[in-house]
Amino acid sequence: MKILVLISNVPDTTTKIRFTGDNTAFDDSGVQWIINPWDELALTRAVELKEAGGVDKITVANVGEKSTEATLRKALAVGADDAIRIDTTANDAFYVAAQLAEVAKDYDLILAGIEASDYNGNAVGGMLAEMLDFNSVSAVSGIELEESNFKITREVDGGSQVISIGGPLVAIVQKGIAKEPRIPAMRGIMMARKKPLSTKEPVEGVNKTQMISFELPPPKTACKLIDEENANEVITLLHEEAKVL
Amino acid sequence: MKLFPDYFIIDDLLSNEQKIIRESIREWVNRSVIPIIDKAAQDHVFPKHLIREMGEIGAFGPYIPEKYGGAGLDQISYGIIMTELERGDSGIRSAASVQSSLVMYPIYTFGSEDQKMKYLPRLASGELIGCFGLTEPNHGSDPGGMLTHIEDKGDYFLLNGSKMWITNSPVADIAIVWAKDDNNVVRGLIVEKGMKGFTAPETLKKWSLRASITGELVFDNVEVPKENILPNAQGLKGPLKCLNSARYGISWGVIGAAVDCYNTALKYSLERKQFGKPIASFQLQQKKLAEMITEITKAQLMAWRLGTLKNDDKATPSQISMAKRNNVDMALNIARQSRQILGAMGITGDFPIMRHMMNLESVITYEGTHDIHLLITGLDITGIAAFE
Repeated sequence: MKILVLISNVPDTTTKIRFTGDNTAFDDSGVQWIINPWDELALTRAVELKEAGGVDKITVANVGEKSTEATLRKALAVGADDAIRIDTTANDAFYVAAQLAEVAKDYDLILAGIEASDYNGNAVGGMLAEMLDFNSVSAVSGIELEESNFKITREVDGGSQVISIGGPLVAIVQKGIAKEPRIPAMRGIMMARKKPLSTKEPVEGVNKTQMISFELPPPKTACKLIDEENANEVITLLHEEAKVL
Repeated sequence: MKLFPDYFIIDDLLSNEQKIIRESIREWVNRSVIPIIDKAAQDHVFPKHLIREMGEIGAFGPYIPEKYGGAGLDQISYGIIMTELERGDSGIRSAASVQSSLVMYPIYTFGSEDQKMKYLPRLASGELIGCFGLTEPNHGSDPGGMLTHIEDKGDYFLLNGSKMWITNSPVADIAIVWAKDDNNVVRGLIVEKGMKGFTAPETLKKWSLRASITGELVFDNVEVPKENILPNAQGLKGPLKCLNSARYGISWGVIGAAVDCYNTALKYSLERKQFGKPIASFQLQQKKLAEMITEITKAQLMAWRLGTLKNDDKATPSQISMAKRNNVDMALNIARQSRQILGAMGITGDFPIMRHMMNLESVITYEGTHDIHLLITGLDITGIAAFE
């Protein structure tokens, strides 16, 4: 059993987002990069499955420039056995999926986070399954290995669903897949130094979308704090300023 | 607001690996220490379960080679770990300092191969807890006057004496004990819990390091097997080398406590309004905050530079004394100033400041007092010892 975990390199979730070039490009100066939180949970689950036995190898893969290697190194410290970086700019979900399809065919299970916390694409996992002609399940919140199948728990409206499905499988995972992201231990960080991180040239592919512009949400207006003893003022403000009453 | 101020972009001086180390320990502290630490300190209870967790994450003996259960990290990484732990609490950092620098370090540096293989991996994992006995009731700054002694009885050493102010002692499985031999030479021994005549009563009613456990070590005709002596330490140099390693860790660690106080005070000053505006608008509050960030930045640079020297094995004991003294004093002052910014709120357990402040009142005198460290600098620049 070989598992591939797809890793997106995203800005730290506390990053203050700015754009350059007349709102056409993300300003990445001073940004701290992290593993996409959903991918980090997916990796944690992969490591748990390996620790429980039955998994021979965990590979992590990312489409991105050299600067994303720090994130892959962290994934190795968490417990992946090797890493692949496809050396190109990740512009568009179809293009990224096409690149990943080249390295993903030999795996029994591919774990993709349900979304990336940067562009919120929700697309690469499904596209990849289609390109590889693999089975695919989305909104996966639990995964167990069975003799020849995967036992999957999915989140459905108001509850959950348990299904059994054969491989090879792309599981698009969401919160719940692992309790908390695994913190790399000091020994893991040292071992990650010696684990293989290979770089592959991109294959030809097309970007199906073109970026036009970004728009920031309107800035939040200041919060007004009213003293407990002036509770009536809330009514006045809702009536006169907010005009909702 | 950034969790950790980095005014001079020291981040650029760190490797990716060191940054991952920092993020890991930071996350562990956020998950395992911050949520429980106020109650532990209020209740004066050592959260012993954290020992195993610190072992798992690799906070014990991080610079000890992998062969002996460590991670083989460099000294800056060790410093970063100490900073992050002490952002949680000085008591938790103290437990890790003792285990790493005062127990694993002497076994690694002065121990036999058998001793290293027997103890180090289990100390690294947290299976064993260690403590370090140098200070005595009547010999603190003057350890050379110690009374604890061993007598060669042929098959074993007979150990008598007592040690005081020993972090971890009541829960420790082993103690590194420094005692004089028949020739008045200081030697180090590994004393194990359960040896007849060895007790470790707890020191109660502390107002500082309340989430850390402290005690005595009492030796009443303890028969210590000969294989338990550290073969490669003779004289006071042995324990002093251990203290150098621990003091180095403290010089990094206290930055964590200082930053936690500074962050709390800065946030509070921006939210707390008096006379119709945030108290951060007032010059006297800004003076406090601006001086704090200046002092933190200086301390960070000093710790980082000391780390690079230590990595090259060039850090002198006097340099370590200066950094320990300066940085602990810096942290204690920041705790006091932060407390003032918070006014009465600062004394409650809703904020970490008072806990840090009380902790730092110990840190400023343990591992060499504030005064003695100054005199070590004095000795270094004049050649004249003023403390004897």
